[in-house]
Amino acid sequence: MPGDNNQFDETVKLTEKQRKARRSRSIAIAVGLAILVVIFYVATLAKMGPGLFNRPL
Amino acid sequence: MSIIEQTGTPSAQAGLSEATAGDFIALLKPRVMSLVVFTAFVGLMAAPVPFHPLFAFISVLSIAVGAGASGALNMWYDADIDRLMSRTARRPVPAGRMMAGEALGFGLVLSFLSVMTLGLLVNWLAGSLLAFTIFFYAVVYTMWLKRSTPQNIVIGGAAGAFPPMVGWAAATGSVSLESVILFAIIFLWTPPHFWALALFKSGDYGRAGIPMMPNVAGEASTRRQIFVYALIVAPIGVAPWLLGYVSAGYGVVAAALGAGFVYYAWGVLRMASDDRVMKPAKQLFGYSLIYLFGIFAAYLADVMVARALAVGAF
Repeated sequence: MPGDNNQFDETVKLTEKQRKARRSRSIAIAVGLAILVVIFYVATLAKMGPGLFNRPL
Repeated sequence: MSIIEQTGTPSAQAGLSEATAGDFIALLKPRVMSLVVFTAFVGLMAAPVPFHPLFAFISVLSIAVGAGASGALNMWYDADIDRLMSRTARRPVPAGRMMAGEALGFGLVLSFLSVMTLGLLVNWLAGSLLAFTIFFYAVVYTMWLKRSTPQNIVIGGAAGAFPPMVGWAAATGSVSLESVILFAIIFLWTPPHFWALALFKSGDYGRAGIPMMPNVAGEASTRRQIFVYALIVAPIGVAPWLLGYVSAGYGVVAAALGAGFVYYAWGVLRMASDDRVMKPAKQLFGYSLIYLFGIFAAYLADVMVARALAVGAF
């Protein structure tokens, strides 16, 4: 709360092993999400065909 | 506002994970997944309809991820008994590298994504079948049957038998006799495959309190039941040829593979009661994997050759 001088923001010091594990998980999540986005993008194009962009503005 | 930073809080208290991406991949049971991918691919390719390669790829990927998700849910629920068995003690949750909640969350998210992807991009029959497969493995088999009846893997085997049917449904939008036969081959193959393992791992299952057939009905009864199932699965493997929708080439290969299955099951039946090495059971377990791969590979080859010949005829 604004003006609250007693607020504690507790942080945790990660061990090297935990830091590496978190980085490996983060990369895997990024790769997984990127694959999902590409699949849905390409599948949408394939389903709708070249007519996808042929629409009145 | 002043912020006082407190460093040095023990990370375990804060619930921090040391699980790597590799541990999450291990949750997917990659070896089981490879069999699922292969059988689903055969089911998909066997379908007598043209299927866009992109959607075939999406279907197989969704089925693989769905199978992996059910594996993760299984490892979340079974962590307590996995800890007691040598075969499973090194899995991420029982080994302490991952918190159970992480496995649960991972399994649920992947289940949702795989079913929605298959349903939205391919068709909803395949998506529904995949959802049912995940439910059947995670809830019916893992939570209910596995700890309550020696028929656990007989009924639970349906979960492993669905992938070719899901593949077929993805390609055709329907379920037909051909896909039911592929389902039946895996369904009837599962009991002798797992009971062979349960024979030489009965100590493990006993420690964990899982009522596998050898621990409940005894080894002699299990050996007899393995042989009976082998006698049933061998002709079912030949059924696609007998029903006339694949060639005699497949029929010969399937008959030879089936004869091998019966031969190794006969070895298990004749195994001495005091045999603790159980070489015949280990041989049958190994052969059963070759059998399933061989049957599906022969089926795929037959379908591909027939398709190539049909194209060549025009």
